[in-house]
Amino acid sequence: MRLVVNGREREVDAPGDMPLLWVLRDVLGYTGTKFGCGMALCGACTVHLDGKAVRACVTPVSAVGDRAVTTIEGLSPDGSHPVQRAWAEIDVVQCGYCQPGQIMTAAALLAANPKPTDADIDAALSGNICRCGAYQRIRAAVHRAAELKGGA
Amino acid sequence: MPAFSRRDFLRSSAVAGTGLVIAFVVPRRAEALLAGPPRKKKPLPPPNAFLRIGTDESVTVLLAHSEMGQGIWTTLPLLLAEELDCDWSKIRVEHAPAAPVYAHTAMGMQMTGGSTTTWSEYERYRTVGALARQLLVRAAAEEWKTDAAKLRVENGFVIGGKRHASFGQLAEHARALPTPEHVTLKPPEKWKLIGKPMRRLDTPEKITGRALFGMDVQFPGLRTAMVARSPVFGGMLRSFDATEARKLPGVEQVVQVPSGVAVVAINTWAAKLGRAALRIDWDLGAGATLDTDRIRAEALALSRTAGPVALAKGDTEAALGKAARRLEAEYEVPYLAHAPMEPLNCAVKVEGDRCDIWTGTQFQTMDQKTAAEVLGLKPEQVNIHTTFLGGGFGRRATTTSDFVREGCEVAKAAKVPVKVVWTRDDDIRGGYYRPAFHHRIEAGLDARGRPLAWRHTVVGQSLLAGTPFEGAMVKNGIDEASVEGIVDSPYLAAIPARKVTLHSPRPPIPVLWWRSVGNSHTAFAMECMIDELAHAAGQDPLAYRLAMLKGSPRHARVLQTAAEKAGWGRPPGAGRALGIAMHASFESVFAQAAEVSVEPGGRIRVHRVVCALDCGQPVNPLGIEAQVQSGIAFGLGAALHSAITFRDGRVQESNFHDYQVLRIDEMPRVEVHVVKSSAKMGGIGEPGLPPIAPAVGNALFALTGKRLRSLPFRLA
Repeated sequence: MRLVVNGREREVDAPGDMPLLWVLRDVLGYTGTKFGCGMALCGACTVHLDGKAVRACVTPVSAVGDRAVTTIEGLSPDGSHPVQRAWAEIDVVQCGYCQPGQIMTAAALLAANPKPTDADIDAALSGNICRCGAYQRIRAAVHRAAELKGGA
Repeated sequence: MPAFSRRDFLRSSAVAGTGLVIAFVVPRRAEALLAGPPRKKKPLPPPNAFLRIGTDESVTVLLAHSEMGQGIWTTLPLLLAEELDCDWSKIRVEHAPAAPVYAHTAMGMQMTGGSTTTWSEYERYRTVGALARQLLVRAAAEEWKTDAAKLRVENGFVIGGKRHASFGQLAEHARALPTPEHVTLKPPEKWKLIGKPMRRLDTPEKITGRALFGMDVQFPGLRTAMVARSPVFGGMLRSFDATEARKLPGVEQVVQVPSGVAVVAINTWAAKLGRAALRIDWDLGAGATLDTDRIRAEALALSRTAGPVALAKGDTEAALGKAARRLEAEYEVPYLAHAPMEPLNCAVKVEGDRCDIWTGTQFQTMDQKTAAEVLGLKPEQVNIHTTFLGGGFGRRATTTSDFVREGCEVAKAAKVPVKVVWTRDDDIRGGYYRPAFHHRIEAGLDARGRPLAWRHTVVGQSLLAGTPFEGAMVKNGIDEASVEGIVDSPYLAAIPARKVTLHSPRPPIPVLWWRSVGNSHTAFAMECMIDELAHAAGQDPLAYRLAMLKGSPRHARVLQTAAEKAGWGRPPGAGRALGIAMHASFESVFAQAAEVSVEPGGRIRVHRVVCALDCGQPVNPLGIEAQVQSGIAFGLGAALHSAITFRDGRVQESNFHDYQVLRIDEMPRVEVHVVKSSAKMGGIGEPGLPPIAPAVGNALFALTGKRLRSLPFRLA
């Protein structure tokens, strides 16, 4: 089957029931998208399908169709997406394992809601677990990304 | 109990030739360790093992410890750069390989834990920076035929008058010079980096998906395996049928290993489906009767009997007898999983007499030794490539090297390079838990409400019983990790008669240090009980504590700071209450005031936590703030939600829906106040955790009048 990942068309040889997560990681080598729970409970595997945040661990690759897949590697060419810039400025990351998922969810939130409140952020990101508990800085960084985006 | 000296253990184990020391379960001994042999005799570390300066101007710092979120990827280079005066933007960081030179300066083996990294490397990494700087200056002095004392160093350049040379230009010459025998470290007033907020160096790779975790290791020929393990601890494999599994596309091999049956496949999904298709007959053994209700009932019964004595001073019996008022309370906490975001994994490649292992580990020396044993190699033939750790919290430092051992067993049996991957279910059900604990406390107050007597019985599994460390670390039936935070409590020091005893039952459940170790439960029991005494005495909980801490000014100051900054004494608003707790661990003192409310359905909300701390000299305030937030989030998730339970030997929880942890919508606003201090440097990664559960419990009591003595908190 054909997949469009980070703007590139890829021919993929994988069973249709294989979750997109494993196609991205094991077949195509995009290891930035993380495995955390396998049941859409932690958000570490969040990617965009046509700009919308989805959990790749429960999305069979056959369900992707012609929607464009964006992973953390494709969010920006050089880490310059406003969410990534805000993450660096606020010094959000700790172990970093959940951060690709957090960033992808935050980017999708800001695309739909350019000025989210704390409550909006909590609602959008409550599906993304961070065991290091970087939540306070994640909140601050989403606000900062909204500013950076508005000013850009 | 006789004085227990870790230094004695260090020495005796060195004599025995094991070289294995694990000290992060008894961190308050760190002081004795640091005193160490006379400093003059200590050889200077070889700078090349820790630092490489390239002719391309790169400055590469090798980390003797593992980055698992705690920020040492930044802190250790910061220490080194303070003395080197290099260009901070040129720094690159790598995990060091496993080798004796990287052994923990206090523990004697290469490991990360016990909130020890920064204080234990404070001198070594600065010394390496100073050594390199001296070599670079000397190289410039020789090239310019001038006196080294006339030269200065700034931002990666050696400067003398109008001449200057970059570190890269001097690197080759400096390398050829003999290592100095003596260096002088900068006095604190000349520091440019220590104590200043510094952003993390690992951010660029961690926000772009480039950071390499063990789970991400891939190379041609590497296979992925999943292991079917006994559903009950201690169960043994009777037989298995892999007929269906072998038929599945992508499944290449099914092999038996000591821990179970491994399915080796071309990718993770195929391994997972293959494992699900196995039919296995287990001999479950005695573990099949494990049951949480029974474990709790047995602990309750044991708490009514006398156990080995961990602390005794004064006549507790007599003091309780003459008390004007007597209080009894029992506190309990459940088994807990660490549940780091990155499930465990280990990639192993064996070629002839060489083995390469890629994994996120906290315990390189143990892993190297274990791999060598399994594979019949010498430890130095095992190369450990430490990747980033997707969280550790203690789970990636096991006394058995469980996940590395298993990785080696699978690679050995399958005879191909293989990465063993755990699922979240494997992680939650795989053991190595923080053990459940039961605390029974009886306290006696005099007529003015002051505590006269404290009798405390602790019941819970020893972390070290049954491990290679038991003989040396468990003395007279006392595993210090079970009673840390009690026997050294400044509150107990203020009570004339006190007795602490410990029972260590041995159900067949693998247990392990979990962030803050024993303090994760002792702080809860101690600080809630002190709160109970204050209320029973009709006194303000803060004033009552401060009266007990008269002989502990460091603790009192931290507690007072947290209270003041939180606005203690001023009502926080309708429907809200403040609770306070202070607990010292890992050589640091932490106090927290938590502001809580309860929603109509009984859901507990923690709105704000004000934390004051004394960790001695702060190295990176930005990192300290992150670790305090982190410890609070980790402890609060456990206090509100988490428990591992057993029925018919099976762990009932399996993933984040039934083993719940803190999510962003429950994260309080955390304020951090670092108290200026001349105390010896303490830890930061763990001590922020212990006070949160009692601070919240005490706030809930203030709000509702209900004393919740069991975790996780349930109001209904």
